[in-house]
Amino acid sequence: MSMTTAIPPFETFYEEHKTEVLRFLGRRLGSDRAEDAFQETFLKALRAYPRLEHGDHLRAWVLTIASRIVLDDVRRRKPQGELPELASEETWRPAFEELAPLTEGLPPKERAAVVLRYGYDLGYDEIGVALGSTEAAARQAASAGVRRLRKENA
Amino acid sequence: MTDIVTPALDERFRAAAAAEGLLDVAYDIVDDTPIGALLIGVTDHGVCRIWFDPDPEENLETLARLHGPRVLRTSAPVERVRRELDEYFAGKRQHFDVEPDVRALPAYNQRVLEELARVEYGSTTTYGALAARSGNPRAARAVGTVMNRNPIPILLPCHRVVGSTGKLTGYAGGLDRKEQLLRLEGALL
Repeated sequence: MSMTTAIPPFETFYEEHKTEVLRFLGRRLGSDRAEDAFQETFLKALRAYPRLEHGDHLRAWVLTIASRIVLDDVRRRKPQGELPELASEETWRPAFEELAPLTEGLPPKERAAVVLRYGYDLGYDEIGVALGSTEAAARQAASAGVRRLRKENA
Repeated sequence: MTDIVTPALDERFRAAAAAEGLLDVAYDIVDDTPIGALLIGVTDHGVCRIWFDPDPEENLETLARLHGPRVLRTSAPVERVRRELDEYFAGKRQHFDVEPDVRALPAYNQRVLEELARVEYGSTTTYGALAARSGNPRAARAVGTVMNRNPIPILLPCHRVVGSTGKLTGYAGGLDRKEQLLRLEGALL
């Protein structure tokens, strides 16, 4: 009856996603910190695994766990450096290190959307999953955040 | 490069997962036993599975279905049973100290396997005798089925159960293996 995918044994899930998760973390955190974050991501996934109700969207699920760990890691680090110039949306791709302190004044959801979009280069669909909402809401939150930043920095 | 999960990083995660007690089943594949490769599964309660001729894809699905989805390959939890099996195959061990975990089985199977565990190294018994000791002397055929589905062969010695005429009859791992184990134990000359 069920239209959902069965939950695979954790070994299968881990083998299927480990390379992509490490690449994702490496791009966001650099290779040194990516290794700790890698272990943290899969331990978190393992703790949550018995609560999964089906095996759909496991890739988005594990990348969401990984992006939350990246955000926590970035928050723990001291903001440093000066505020970068704001450029147009197309060319404005500062590294997440610069974005974190820059976006500190934004409401949490807008900040998360801006950082995930421009700092981590996630698609709006993935951001929607990460924020527990929709692709459209993620797009809206990111553009509201960018408008607010332009105003504040004008 | 961070593109590839190195063996060290992979091993570190697997060991941490086991050390934190997050697994339903830890398993490993032992390639180098005298009776071929074995896939061994271990829970918090003991050894829950030993497969001859592992077929990981199918075996992992079975472990997940019976014991829970957190099934991961990691060597440390399996180390003790692996060492005891080494000693057994070397003729240096006649009794296993690791516990079998048969909780996932029906009560009747558990009862028969409990009796089976009492059959001594180097001896044999018959399906009928084992049936009698499990409460029903006429249940030889049912006992045969329990033996055929024994999830933990070697450790629970279904190879020591033979037909009433002394014929080896059957073995889920193949008659060659049954014969090999009985020879190792000195029960066959």
